[in-house]
Amino acid sequence: MRLKLVPKETNFDFFRYRTVTMGASIAAVVASIVLWLVVGLNFGIDFRGGTTIRTEAVQQVDVGAYRQAVSALDLGEVSVIEVFDPNFREDQNVTLIRIQAQEGQESVTGAIITDVEAALKEVDPSIEFTSVDSVGPKVSGELVQTAILAVASALAAILIYIWLRFEWQFSVGAVAALFHDVILTIGIFSLLQIRFDLSTIAALLTIVGYSINDTVVIFDRLRENLRKYKATPLKDVMNTSVNETLSRTLMTSGTTLLALVALLAFGGDVIRGFVFAITWGVIVGTYSSVYVAKNVVLMLGVKRDWSKPSDGGGAGTQFASVDA
Amino acid sequence: MLQIALWKRVLILAVCVSGLLFSFPNGFYSRVETHNDAVAAIQAFGSTSEREAEAAIWPSFLPSTLINLGLDLRGGAHLLAEVYVEDVYADRMDIYWPEVRRALVELRDQVGFVERVDSAPRGTLQVRVQRAEALEAALQAVRDLAQPVVSLTAGVGATDIVVSGQDDVIAVELSPEERAATDNRTVQQALEIIRRRIDEVGTREPSIQRQGENRILIQVPGVGSAAELKALIGTTARLTFHPVVSSTTDPDARAGPGNILVPHLDREGEFYIVERAAVLSGEDLVDAQPAFDQNGLPSVTFRFNPAGARIFGQYTSDNVGALFATVLDGEVITAPQIREPITGGSGQITGNFTVESSTELAILLRAGALPAELTFLEERTVSPGLGQDSIDAGRIACIVAFAAVIVFMALSYGLFGVFADVALILNVALLLGILSVFGATLTLPGIAGIVLTIGMAVDANVLVFERIREELKTAKGPSRAIELGYQRALSAIIDANVTTGMTAVILFALGSGPVKGFAVTLMCGIVTSVFTAIFVTRLLIVMWFERRRPRTIEV
Repeated sequence: MRLKLVPKETNFDFFRYRTVTMGASIAAVVASIVLWLVVGLNFGIDFRGGTTIRTEAVQQVDVGAYRQAVSALDLGEVSVIEVFDPNFREDQNVTLIRIQAQEGQESVTGAIITDVEAALKEVDPSIEFTSVDSVGPKVSGELVQTAILAVASALAAILIYIWLRFEWQFSVGAVAALFHDVILTIGIFSLLQIRFDLSTIAALLTIVGYSINDTVVIFDRLRENLRKYKATPLKDVMNTSVNETLSRTLMTSGTTLLALVALLAFGGDVIRGFVFAITWGVIVGTYSSVYVAKNVVLMLGVKRDWSKPSDGGGAGTQFASVDA
Repeated sequence: MLQIALWKRVLILAVCVSGLLFSFPNGFYSRVETHNDAVAAIQAFGSTSEREAEAAIWPSFLPSTLINLGLDLRGGAHLLAEVYVEDVYADRMDIYWPEVRRALVELRDQVGFVERVDSAPRGTLQVRVQRAEALEAALQAVRDLAQPVVSLTAGVGATDIVVSGQDDVIAVELSPEERAATDNRTVQQALEIIRRRIDEVGTREPSIQRQGENRILIQVPGVGSAAELKALIGTTARLTFHPVVSSTTDPDARAGPGNILVPHLDREGEFYIVERAAVLSGEDLVDAQPAFDQNGLPSVTFRFNPAGARIFGQYTSDNVGALFATVLDGEVITAPQIREPITGGSGQITGNFTVESSTELAILLRAGALPAELTFLEERTVSPGLGQDSIDAGRIACIVAFAAVIVFMALSYGLFGVFADVALILNVALLLGILSVFGATLTLPGIAGIVLTIGMAVDANVLVFERIREELKTAKGPSRAIELGYQRALSAIIDANVTTGMTAVILFALGSGPVKGFAVTLMCGIVTSVFTAIFVTRLLIVMWFERRRPRTIEV
């Protein structure tokens, strides 16, 4: 007896509700961009400079008292958030304190940290600083540039690779799907006001990597089927291809999500934002490989005459010489 | 048909066994670490029975390389410092001034008297000559002082200074080539001094690297307080000894030519006017130790090198009764009267010290002064406790993810799923082995990368198994179906992993710290998962097939 996510034979028509799915995707992208522009991202100190202090105390946290103690030091904008996590011990009460970048200085000075520590010790003598991160405005500006460069170069590299291995229509479809995934992730981060920092950029690139993985597998099958069924309409060949790879798509997403859910639940609060972004990206990426990438390729149309293959053999055998 | 040559089988098995072997020590992390520390201690300081006992807790025939834990897991401080290289330009100009004066004094008949312009911009030496009409001759004399640039990159014929003149003022500046060469030297020197200071404190495996033109990245695992580390690294510690002209309480007092106004370190509102040129500096010290003075208060004793001792002896003999200021980073620590000539070449600095501050000053003096000031651009510290919490959380997440995926695969593909599970275990072992052997650094996002690899590693197997299922539908024999399954899935596997690999490479190239650690595990994970899927499961299937020769298979 096997666990089957998908019946043996499927024959879904993935393009029947093309206008609906495409419309939903476009609406989601637009909504994300609007959220991004109107609500804005909750940038971490990596991108706007400042200091984050993680505190741990034995007693219950009184966020108001903490805030009052730190505000009294006249450090500008201060935010105090209590952090909850099922992994914390009984007597482990954690907060994150964020202090804005100070006028005229780069990284925070030791004197300020000492002052904050002294002020908080008055509220709760058991308080300890388990981590202090401080980024000066000079570095945060550079990090923004690096982050944009990273995402842009990843998209460009993929665009070129897919173009070389397939056709330009495929590469446009793949990159459209990636844009969709990246924008939707930014949208959910704006909506839920999750902290957006350097690790979120790493998560975005991971999403790009995962989503393209998914897209390429379906493209690969499509290319193979286009050679096999030369006379069949493009839409039908695409449907066959997606159906044939559906079981694999769901299996891989399933195992990846299993692992990610384990991380979300047990991996601790330090990387929860990072893991959440990847989890969201895997779900959106799986959807976009089937609906966005395919739809774009269908709209653009593809070369149907694959009778002069550049490689010597039949479908998908370019690398078949790598035999075990 | 389904055949794998014997040498390939041996090779695949060898890779798997070495993967298991090299990942093995990481299962006993603290034990192996104690062993490694003990072995290193024996090599460095000789053998003691205690060290031998510690070294013996891990057998020496087993590999003992461990994955480096990143600062976010081990706890420690990460500091990015920028060296203010322009500091040095001004110093260089101060050194040039006596030479320029000497050259111009020789031309006194033509140019008349010369004086340094105090209001000149920092890093520029401006000299006013009495007779503007003789400027050309004066310029030529100063130009003759220029030295060729000592640098590998500067072109032939480049000189260290640029001299220009306007009306009656000569301006001397470092040339761009010399600036580049100086910057480079300054950063190298700063790096060396930071390294010496951290080594003096003696923490484990600090990493001090140059980053870009004028930045230094300092990573010190295991330190509790970054503030202390910053104080240690960030203090310039330039110690100089100056003759005192007078003392005052007026912060705006005019120091007069050749003198500077220096505040007192502890006593607010007390200022000293001292001669700008130092008699001696910290560079002439050979040793400094924390000590106690005759009143039992903490102090720092120091010893000069022979040249320094001679100058110090000479100066104190000639100036008995005068005040003599000890200046640290532009602040007077103490300004005692010279009671008698000090010819022994050693001295003592007394001031308002605590035991800690005298110890720190002694370390700073021993390690030498920084050539320029540092600004910290970025600071990240994690306490060892939080690091341990992260490791624990990561470990639980790994085990749960592992178990879930293994069960899921076995349920979905039966026996073939079990083969994939064996490959998955080997995959993680290989991944840990590679990380250990190459001394890669594991960070918290890196652990997430491993968990993600666990989830995604089965993808290649899934692709193959799904393909075998399809090939079986077209009623070929099982052996043919397996073979075609592998063959036809290969193109998709390669394309999918190359594109994922590209994003990992970009992450590695542009990321920093923890993100880089994530990229490393992701890249290694791609390589090991393709290897285990294409070679290991295939070998397992072929070996099973050869023994059983099944008529039909179910995938």
